[in-house]
Amino acid sequence: MTNLLLNVEQLGIQFGGLKAVQNVDMQLFEGELIGLIGPNGAGKTTTFNMLTGVYAPTTGSITFQNEKISGLDPYKVTQKGISRTFQNIRLFKELTVLENVEVANHSLATHGIIASILRLPSFFKGEQKMEDESLAFLKIFGLDTYKDEFAKNLPYGMQRRLEIARALAANPRLLLLDEPAAGMNPQETHELMELIAFIRKEFNLTILLIEHDMNLVMGICERIYVLDHGQLIADGTPEEIRSNPKVIEAYLGEEVVE
Amino acid sequence: MKKSKVFWAYVAIAIIVYAVVQFSMSSGMIGSYYSNMLIIMCVNIILAVSLHLIIGITGQFSIGHAGFMAVGAYISAIVTMKLDLPFIVAIVAAGVVALFAGLLIGIPTLRLRGDYLAIATLGFAEIIRIVIVNIDYVGGAAGMTVSRQTTWTYAFFAMVITIIVIANYTKSRHGRACIAIREDEIAADAMGINTTYYKVVAFAIGAFFAGVAGAIFSHQLFFIQPTSFGFLKSFDILIYVVLGGLGSLSGSVLAAVLLTIVSTYLAEFPETRMIIYSLVLILVMLYRPTGLLGTKEITQFFKFGKKGGKNV
Repeated sequence: MTNLLLNVEQLGIQFGGLKAVQNVDMQLFEGELIGLIGPNGAGKTTTFNMLTGVYAPTTGSITFQNEKISGLDPYKVTQKGISRTFQNIRLFKELTVLENVEVANHSLATHGIIASILRLPSFFKGEQKMEDESLAFLKIFGLDTYKDEFAKNLPYGMQRRLEIARALAANPRLLLLDEPAAGMNPQETHELMELIAFIRKEFNLTILLIEHDMNLVMGICERIYVLDHGQLIADGTPEEIRSNPKVIEAYLGEEVVE
Repeated sequence: MKKSKVFWAYVAIAIIVYAVVQFSMSSGMIGSYYSNMLIIMCVNIILAVSLHLIIGITGQFSIGHAGFMAVGAYISAIVTMKLDLPFIVAIVAAGVVALFAGLLIGIPTLRLRGDYLAIATLGFAEIIRIVIVNIDYVGGAAGMTVSRQTTWTYAFFAMVITIIVIANYTKSRHGRACIAIREDEIAADAMGINTTYYKVVAFAIGAFFAGVAGAIFSHQLFFIQPTSFGFLKSFDILIYVVLGGLGSLSGSVLAAVLLTIVSTYLAEFPETRMIIYSLVLILVMLYRPTGLLGTKEITQFFKFGKKGGKNV
């Protein structure tokens, strides 16, 4: 819990004249489970997009494991050990459940293009390894019985879980979950919370979570950052956040605070 | 184990088809009219399958495929006619040079998406054609005479090798990366796939086989000229892929076979040829908007193994 894993300093991005996010400072330590909350349009997903390289920040820097990662391409950020899920599910619809996970497992095997075309022994070994590994992830998420199903045919809740399984298969140190419980019923949300707690222990992960479901965030996060209008307005333990007047104001409007 | 049995069954079918046609040709049962059609069919299948890798698998809408075919046709003609080297050397050289042309064109243009990429590739194919028109060494606009060296054996085995290479590539981690790019480029990127690299690889492999097809085509025709490789040729190839079903290898093969037969027979009715050809296309698109086979492979319609089989 002591090593600094991700250090975000003065992060900001501007689209034309719009400052979508500005002056965001964040420190994530190894093994933490952190929440990132805020009203709609506060810049949570934009922050995720900067952390994962989808957007290049206009100001500030991101340091991951003592290495500057701001400005890297998304696939390089992933290879460094940050992987993510998407708010609006982005599975590979026409690939099977197993293949979805295998795509994220890409760098696990090393067989090259020539070996694949000529079907050399390294191809069979590599593909077998990828399949075994991917199946192990699917088992954890209870999706192994659907491995040959196309991803688009899965029910909504399972698609959400498959996204997390796929993100895990990319072998991250830091996992970014963008509203993993969106659209789930309380029962499913509860199961998801347990699952998140489990994979965090099992894979020794640090997790940053965007979520609207306050019960989920307050229930499992150790620390919470609150964004509003592109700026951090508070950070602290769930209790501190719950009683912070600025946060209540941002969520419920000024009148309530009086 | 069951999968490898299926693979050997395919090999056996391929050898039987080859042997039967070869025997019929040498015994004169198939005349030069039909043997010409069969060889052109092989060329069209190679073109269709190589473009299938770029459009159907990787999802990059490239419509300049005839440009690479032109590169292959002219390079191979130079190798055999000007340098007097054997035909097999010419085929390999055609593929390799077309591959480099693919890299040259692919690296800058594959940053573009959708319509922009289509326009850029179309433009590059036209540039290749115009460059050839202006090179006197290969006869310029008047064209170039090539000796007929293509045989059924060359055409058929080039086709089989193309299909095996592209099918094997598709069913590997590299092929999955390409499909992931087609399905969702942002998600593929976020999963650690170097999307630019895989787009360029698909483009280069596609260009290589288009070059091979060009070599076989030019040595079948006696005579090549730049107009044979204009954008109408590119659209012909595009039609095979779309008509067969985007993402289906066997679909593009099937479409190439059917359309080659249709256009060969229609050559006897030059006045109505394009009308009937267009009608066939419109009818197929009306009744099978996803193409003849959709995204499925022909084997999925039979009971060969389970769907989405992993190893060949």
